[in-house]
Amino acid sequence: MLPLARRTVARSAGRLIEGAPALAFRCYTRQRLLSTLAVLEQRDGKLNAGSLSAFTAAQKLGGPVHGFIAGSSVGAAAEEAAKVDGVEKIIVVDNAAYEKGLPENYAPLLVENIKKGGYTHIIAGHTAFGKNLLPRVAALLDSQQISDITSIESENTFVRPIYAGNAIATVESSDAIKIITIRGTAFAAATPESGSAAIEQGVDPNADSPTEWVSEDLAKSDRPDLATASKVVSGGRGLKSKENFDKIMMPLADTLGAAIGASRAAVDSGYADNSLQVGQTGKVVAPQLYMAVGISGAIQHLAGMKDSKVIAAINTDGDAPIFQVADVGLVGDLFDKVPELTEKIKSS
Amino acid sequence: MSALRILVPVKRVIDYAVKPRVNKAQTGIETAGVKHSMNPFDELSIEESVRIREKKRAPGGVEDICAISAGPAKAQDILRTAMAMGADRGILVETKEGEDLEPLTVAKMLQKAVEQEKSNLVILGKQSIDDDANQTGQMLAGLLGWSQATQASKVEFGEGDTVLVTKEVDGGVETVRGKLPMIVTTDLRLNEPRYASLPNIMKAKKKKLDKLSLSDFGLQNEKRLKVLKVTEPPARTGGGKVEDVDGLIGKLKELGAL
Repeated sequence: MLPLARRTVARSAGRLIEGAPALAFRCYTRQRLLSTLAVLEQRDGKLNAGSLSAFTAAQKLGGPVHGFIAGSSVGAAAEEAAKVDGVEKIIVVDNAAYEKGLPENYAPLLVENIKKGGYTHIIAGHTAFGKNLLPRVAALLDSQQISDITSIESENTFVRPIYAGNAIATVESSDAIKIITIRGTAFAAATPESGSAAIEQGVDPNADSPTEWVSEDLAKSDRPDLATASKVVSGGRGLKSKENFDKIMMPLADTLGAAIGASRAAVDSGYADNSLQVGQTGKVVAPQLYMAVGISGAIQHLAGMKDSKVIAAINTDGDAPIFQVADVGLVGDLFDKVPELTEKIKSS
Repeated sequence: MSALRILVPVKRVIDYAVKPRVNKAQTGIETAGVKHSMNPFDELSIEESVRIREKKRAPGGVEDICAISAGPAKAQDILRTAMAMGADRGILVETKEGEDLEPLTVAKMLQKAVEQEKSNLVILGKQSIDDDANQTGQMLAGLLGWSQATQASKVEFGEGDTVLVTKEVDGGVETVRGKLPMIVTTDLRLNEPRYASLPNIMKAKKKKLDKLSLSDFGLQNEKRLKVLKVTEPPARTGGGKVEDVDGLIGKLKELGAL
């Protein structure tokens, strides 16, 4: 938060010295009016800790930061979010109608609260929830959303990957209300500590939703969450079957305390669940260690993992493109090498 | 149940297998002489529309499948592809070469097209693989005030204009029940698009293709976002290979990853 805020102040000060008071005043006014609403996610009254990344991004903008949370019995989640340092206010709407985050009624709800609070920036994670909801909000406010940003240059300038991460665009928004989704791996989640934000009831327009939630089927796992894990082991077509995938990848993941990911080929062949897909159209991850097993490294896959700190690859094909990005590569049969690796890590 | 009048927006993008290059001026991606094709998620939209008709999945039947694209004159190639896959007709909203439209503008254009074509189901791809925005479908649903189901992996039709959609969400799937008129965006697992056969490619040449412009919809290409620069991502250089598992463990420890 500090460096950027300081720079903005320094910039206004500089202009003042240069003798352009009108400009400096305008700049000051805009700075004063900047305020951000971070849209938080919850499930069954439990705060999604990853959504606190929105606070981190909001604080980089400077200006007051408020949080927004809606659903049935969201009191405890709001109290937890209120502990994030530097957050002024958490706006709460306790109404079961918003529990499942249906955009048909959640978008009008958010729009009413945005108008009431006079926010200039709205931030949510580029997650299934954020992707579904925010563009609808943006359209209702006649604002061109900026998706999946990885960096904030100033209050109106943002950086985002395009073309599956093969290019990085810096864009400047001229909209009065900036609607932004952020890439979670680019902004660490804020931690609830000693903050004491006020908790306030939001306005509830009680819009109808023509869509109703029917059911969900979520993969249950004791392993770390793929999107936020510090280590990820990912399997591809080279594993040849679901049995092999489970037999080879799971012990490795458990030994490392890693989350499991998969390439599109592995998911399409039924080796792994859809929700484990890493890539342009699946999850984007940036762990400390990403180990690619039997994955060739197509550009769509690289889009989802090339910001990992260390990439390791095991593949029989020494010419596979994955080796061009891997910090360490081992050419060999994964059916021999991975169990050996698992054993040696376990015993060391 | 109402007969379906399906509108399928399709976008011409750089082919997914091509590695895009940033232009020298750092203003965008080099597009000249680069292979373009239909956005892969839009192929899924066309395929799904055609399957709804072929498998008679909608109780009210399918009255019309119209593909629409906004882009340069060359975008009619992908409209022909859509028609060869089974779309009945196409609409090209022609823009100047190199003139991109933002998702909000496309959504506003589609809102008008929906009214004009009396569409009651719009099937879009979940995102285009160039801009990666993932916005247009949701924006359109917002502008129209319709039901939306994004990232669909299954679409079923019920009585009384209801549509049951299974959506891919973080950690699994979710099912919602919407009601026509409705917006659906497609995810990878929805279907496997067919290849257009030669006879169908020939037939597609005879299908109706209307050419319009943004101003026919009372719109202008209004830019809210100014692209200041486009750069290559920081290059990653491979760190080389090791001989065996011990070498791998050693290197990972050296890099602090274990």
